[in-house]
Amino acid sequence: MRRILAWFDARLSLRDTLVPMMMHPIPRGAAGPMGWWYVFGSASMTLLILQIVTGIGLALVYVPTADQAYESLVFLNYSYLPPFGWFLRSLHYWSGSAMVFMVLVHMTQVFLLGAFKYPRELNWLTGVLLLLFTLGMAFSGQVLRWDADAYWGVGVGASMAGRVPWLGPYLVDLLLGGPIIGADTLSRFFALHVFVIPGLLLTVLAVHLWLVLKRGISEPPVPGKVVNPQTYQQEYETELHKEGVPFFGEALLKDALFSALTVIAVVVLAAIVGPKGPGALPEPALLGANPKPDWPFWWLFALLSLSPPQAETFIMLVLPVVLIAALLLVPFVSNRGERAPSRRPVAVLSVIVIITVLAVLTYYGATEPWSPVMGAWSGDAVPPRLVQASTPLELQGAVVLQNKQCRNCHALDGIGGRRGPDLTRVGTRLTRDQLIDQVSNGTPGGGNMPAYGKQMKPAEMDALVDFLVSLRPPGQEPARPAAVAQTPRPRASP
Amino acid sequence: MSEPSIRLPSAAQEGSGRRSFLRWLTYSVGALASAVLAAPLFGYLGGAFRRHKVQQWIPLGPVSKFPVQETRLATFNNDLGVPWDGMSAHMGVYVRNLGKDEKGMDRFLVFAQNCAHLGCPVSWFPQSGLFLCPCHGGVYYENGERASGPPPRGLFHIVPEVRDGVLGIQAPHLPTLQNTLDQRAKA
Repeated sequence: MRRILAWFDARLSLRDTLVPMMMHPIPRGAAGPMGWWYVFGSASMTLLILQIVTGIGLALVYVPTADQAYESLVFLNYSYLPPFGWFLRSLHYWSGSAMVFMVLVHMTQVFLLGAFKYPRELNWLTGVLLLLFTLGMAFSGQVLRWDADAYWGVGVGASMAGRVPWLGPYLVDLLLGGPIIGADTLSRFFALHVFVIPGLLLTVLAVHLWLVLKRGISEPPVPGKVVNPQTYQQEYETELHKEGVPFFGEALLKDALFSALTVIAVVVLAAIVGPKGPGALPEPALLGANPKPDWPFWWLFALLSLSPPQAETFIMLVLPVVLIAALLLVPFVSNRGERAPSRRPVAVLSVIVIITVLAVLTYYGATEPWSPVMGAWSGDAVPPRLVQASTPLELQGAVVLQNKQCRNCHALDGIGGRRGPDLTRVGTRLTRDQLIDQVSNGTPGGGNMPAYGKQMKPAEMDALVDFLVSLRPPGQEPARPAAVAQTPRPRASP
Repeated sequence: MSEPSIRLPSAAQEGSGRRSFLRWLTYSVGALASAVLAAPLFGYLGGAFRRHKVQQWIPLGPVSKFPVQETRLATFNNDLGVPWDGMSAHMGVYVRNLGKDEKGMDRFLVFAQNCAHLGCPVSWFPQSGLFLCPCHGGVYYENGERASGPPPRGLFHIVPEVRDGVLGIQAPHLPTLQNTLDQRAKA
């Protein structure tokens, strides 16, 4: 046995290369209790390996053509041969989601502990690229789930690209690979998801790991101990020589335990929640699709939906470039000085602000209050308590409200669209004249509400406004014009 | 660890005619190899940029199928793509029959189903006479003009043509703000 190993080592020289890499010393602190902060990078890599394995598994069955992709996904979900097709799909989705999450956690940790400072600027830059590739995998993967969300999602992406000055139409062609969203588009995203982005990702990951090895794992920050590019390298080397511990030891054990727990969490999630989609058929003739990206993009989805139309093109085209540039500039803006979060209030505050903003936008992306509810006009009942005491004309108005699709954007008692204001108490806010003006002319300047003036007969308008005026809590008087309200009224004595 | 230093021969030392000829020969043959590879590869990848100016008419049905002053969804298979597009080529357009003009010619408005905002499919509501987009609430009037919401313009018009009593359209590509559908392609 020994001789066989010796035979191989005489040719592979692993004892001189791999073993020193595995046993290279790391700062003692990184192997101690602080080492738990260092586990997120390796967990991201574990999830990447899981993605590669499940991805290859799915590629054995998935058919990347527009006419059969959907069926092959349904086949994976429900066929018993091969068994666990649904579970592989589920794992691929949940482990991919976990990877996006873990990469973000890893990045936050590196930022908070100042590990991106001298001499590890390139570690950060390659890390930003890895984040972008991970998001690229998330987006292209979502397109391969060739359902209505994927179809219209590509349409939204193409419509954004089409706004780029001058180059727009060419970018749309490049994205779609043809005049329409179809087989050419799917093949394109398949090639991106399976060959192009993974190739780039693995290459940059190799550089990232090489840098981790060559520049060494950063020591846990100590308040007051500043990074000085002139002396840092020497101090680091000295510390390693004095009290470094081998990487294959305490540190790796923590990595391994955390990765194992992550894998178990992903497997449990995948088994309980199951695979995502495919949703509705990718057939454009079936209307009413309301495409929604996967969760890593909800914040951007919300940002675009909540921004005023004038700023929209800027947010679509310029903001991503600015954000990426800002991330890339981080280690150049501050590559020396304090590393401890307790001495870097601006850094800590930035993390808190960014996480809060992303969380709030993600919440809005999940609930999408800006989207009309297309079936509310015919599907959602008028709450009985609002029409219990209605006159026949007011009842007519309630019917007009439903028939003219008002409910798609306006809720009654919280049920219905949330694009416009809830109308449950509108009678206390707007007078009859204001209501007629609002309904006839819509939002001034063509804002959010269309002008219904030509879409309604006078009788319908009368009935509708009567109903709207009646919408107020019992005993409350209808809204009055401001001029009338200002005249002093005798107060009822208590 | 001291590594054996390797001295790379510099160009000055390599001055002899044979060596320098061989070096330049390698450069030029290498450049030629790259060129003969690059031409077809870039040509292949650049195929995506081909402008789709081919005229292709798709019949939607006899004119009598579309009542005057009403809007109907007409579905068809768009063969601008490839034969394996499957159901993703099965599209819809909105047809509004405007009746006959003074010369007795049928007039039609045909709209792509894509919202001018971000391309989502709009739905037609005859009760209110409005097109509504499910994504961000873009609204259009029956003549395709923008009524409200984020769209920067009205619906995209598709070129219609009536041949022998059958309404047809010019096959629509995915319309975007800078590449609309109202241009009549050259035959």
